Amino acid sequence: MVESGFSSPRHDAFPAGLRVLVVDDDPTWLKILEKMLKKCSYEVTTCGLARDALSLLRERKDGYDIVISDVNMPDMDGFKLLEHVGLEMDLPVIMMSVDGETSRVMKGVQHGACDYLLKPIRMKELRNIWQHVFRKKIHEVRDIESLEGNEGLQMTRSGSDLVDDGHLLSGEDMNSARKRKDAENKHDDRDLSDPSSTKKARVVWTVDLHQKFVKAVNQIGFDKVGPKKILDLMNVPWLTRENVASHLQKYRLYLSRLQKDSDVKNSFVGMKHSDPPSKDSTDCFGIHSSMSVIQDDVSNGTYNFSVNNSLVQNVDLNHEGDKKGITSAPVAEPKGALSIDIPDPHKAQSSQISFDHSLGSVDSGLKFALFNSTNQTRYSWSEIPEIQFKQECEPLQLENGFSQLPLPGSQHQVQTEYLQPAASISSGPSITEKEVSSRPLYDEYRSNHVKHLSPTEAVDLFPVPSRNQTLNNQVFNPISATTSSMKNQGISLNDLEFAQRNLNGGVGVPIASLSEDLQFCWLQGECYAMNIGLQDFECIEYNDPAPIAEIPFLLYDAPRFDHEHLFDPTEYAAIDQGLFA
Amino acid sequence: MERNPMRRQLAIMRQSLFDQGYLDEQFIQLEELQDDANPNFVEEVVTLYYRDSARIILNLEQALERKPFDFNKLDGLMHQFKGSSSSIGAKKVKAECTLFREYCKSGNGEGCTRAFQQLKREYATLKRKLEAYFQLARQAGPAETACCRKE
Repeated sequence: MVESGFSSPRHDAFPAGLRVLVVDDDPTWLKILEKMLKKCSYEVTTCGLARDALSLLRERKDGYDIVISDVNMPDMDGFKLLEHVGLEMDLPVIMMSVDGETSRVMKGVQHGACDYLLKPIRMKELRNIWQHVFRKKIHEVRDIESLEGNEGLQMTRSGSDLVDDGHLLSGEDMNSARKRKDAENKHDDRDLSDPSSTKKARVVWTVDLHQKFVKAVNQIGFDKVGPKKILDLMNVPWLTRENVASHLQKYRLYLSRLQKDSDVKNSFVGMKHSDPPSKDSTDCFGIHSSMSVIQDDVSNGTYNFSVNNSLVQNVDLNHEGDKKGITSAPVAEPKGALSIDIPDPHKAQSSQISFDHSLGSVDSGLKFALFNSTNQTRYSWSEIPEIQFKQECEPLQLENGFSQLPLPGSQHQVQTEYLQPAASISSGPSITEKEVSSRPLYDEYRSNHVKHLSPTEAVDLFPVPSRNQTLNNQVFNPISATTSSMKNQGISLNDLEFAQRNLNGGVGVPIASLSEDLQFCWLQGECYAMNIGLQDFECIEYNDPAPIAEIPFLLYDAPRFDHEHLFDPTEYAAIDQGLFA
Repeated sequence: MERNPMRRQLAIMRQSLFDQGYLDEQFIQLEELQDDANPNFVEEVVTLYYRDSARIILNLEQALERKPFDFNKLDGLMHQFKGSSSSIGAKKVKAECTLFREYCKSGNGEGCTRAFQQLKREYATLKRKLEAYFQLARQAGPAETACCRKE
């Protein structure tokens, strides 16, 4: 049997060579299972202790395709092992026990077991376990497809063709960390045959380390937790913010998996009665901060990225809708799915907030995801002192926004330029027209506005080659232009171009216009992307999964596309577009 | 029908283990796993089972000496033992395990003790029978362990 198992390009041999780790404290069963699995042409590693199994898995993170574990083990509960494997590795785990008690099986499934086998285990059951690995693979592919579908933009599509050759080119414009990430993403995208290769975390989260982490989280309080704070509290010198952020994300997903139902309901209700936005933030703060954390993680430790994708976020919402369309019904054309997205186009009148409400009234988990994603950005924003936003148009605000950042002069200029349009909007008449929605609307604008800024921040934080600086300048011009045009729409229609789009979709008006809209928006995002690399796209990525993670349907998909940067092609496309625009 | 009388005897003996309810189909599973790479697989597994389960029996005995009974612990140990016994298809032993665990759940210490005594008897009986079976198999010749395989 070949060591590299089926992750080598031996697709024809699959499932032969599937690398299985068997954990059971019962030596008799271990012997039998080993023999059975070998008869299936699988590559077997056996382990009598859960602790040993964990260290094996940590030693060779990409060394196994699937884990089979007994539920009852003396050194560590099988569920605990399952939890660890779920947190640290993205591997399917099969639980086994002589007990078929529903509660036990349920516990296993809740902890993320992909199957629960009853002893005595039959050969035919083991012969079939490859399906779990394969299913995971399919889901990953589907994730990518649906994400691509979400992007659903011709630009992206054509752009993805450029990815292959555009790789080096884009790499030039990024710092090395970014480049590495890209390379990884690229790898992930292409090498779908090996689900384990998609893991990014290089840190081994030992039981001790994890406990430190959990302690820190508890100390800070789950609502206020952020990677930086955790890192400080943990006081582990070699650990990076990124490591913590990534682990935090997994931890959150893990927790949400365990308590998804009640949580969804709670926060749903919480947001539904969300007239004053600030009040909401208490309810959903956890989620939001988690969002920003996640984004932080991806953006290589740069702080303010969470902020950066307002333009994209607008699109993002629609994408959420797309995704929903795709998942809830076999809708091949994502753009068509938009119509499903907005159950009541009339309600989607003003800005995201009312959009939210319309969704809120329809009690659907998927919509909730959507709903959530809107909110989350908003609230991640509401953390920032209001004054800052109110003074948006004044240079002072800039100072606030960027006070910690060593801003090159040229960028100052650029920012002021495109700040102004944004500011003019937020003082636009439309805002005051609707009482309830005006406040959130305001917020939305603010976030929009600030998000425009953030890319620049990001650039600041990166050691960007001077060439980028010039690019920035170029790139920001179109941004400001669009910003204002967007806002104009918002003002005149009172509805934001959002609603427009949604209405379009709802009515079933030719998709072309819609996608143009989107495209347009994306262009902005992509301009950013040129400077900041992944951020815009990753944000989408991260905006999506967390809420979705709370939806059972997508439970297993979510964490995955979470960690893998499936947006890769877009990113490159973005860069290409940006460069050639 | 086997022409070799020893083999015939072995086949009869094996069949009676099933007929009398000592073994279930898991034992056949083990037999099917036996191949050239592991010509004595079944015997090895059974030996391993008896070696390992003796430890659990001991733990159970110790736990049953302590009064009042810690039913949770007893149940946990018996769960372990049952899991192990399922590996060789020890049908009767498994039945006693189930009974024992039912007594645990209902908090019937008396029942537990009784079931455990019965369990040990079944456990020992099966051991004796299997030992005899494997001994005969060895006498019948190395290939004969696989007498029942129809390949």
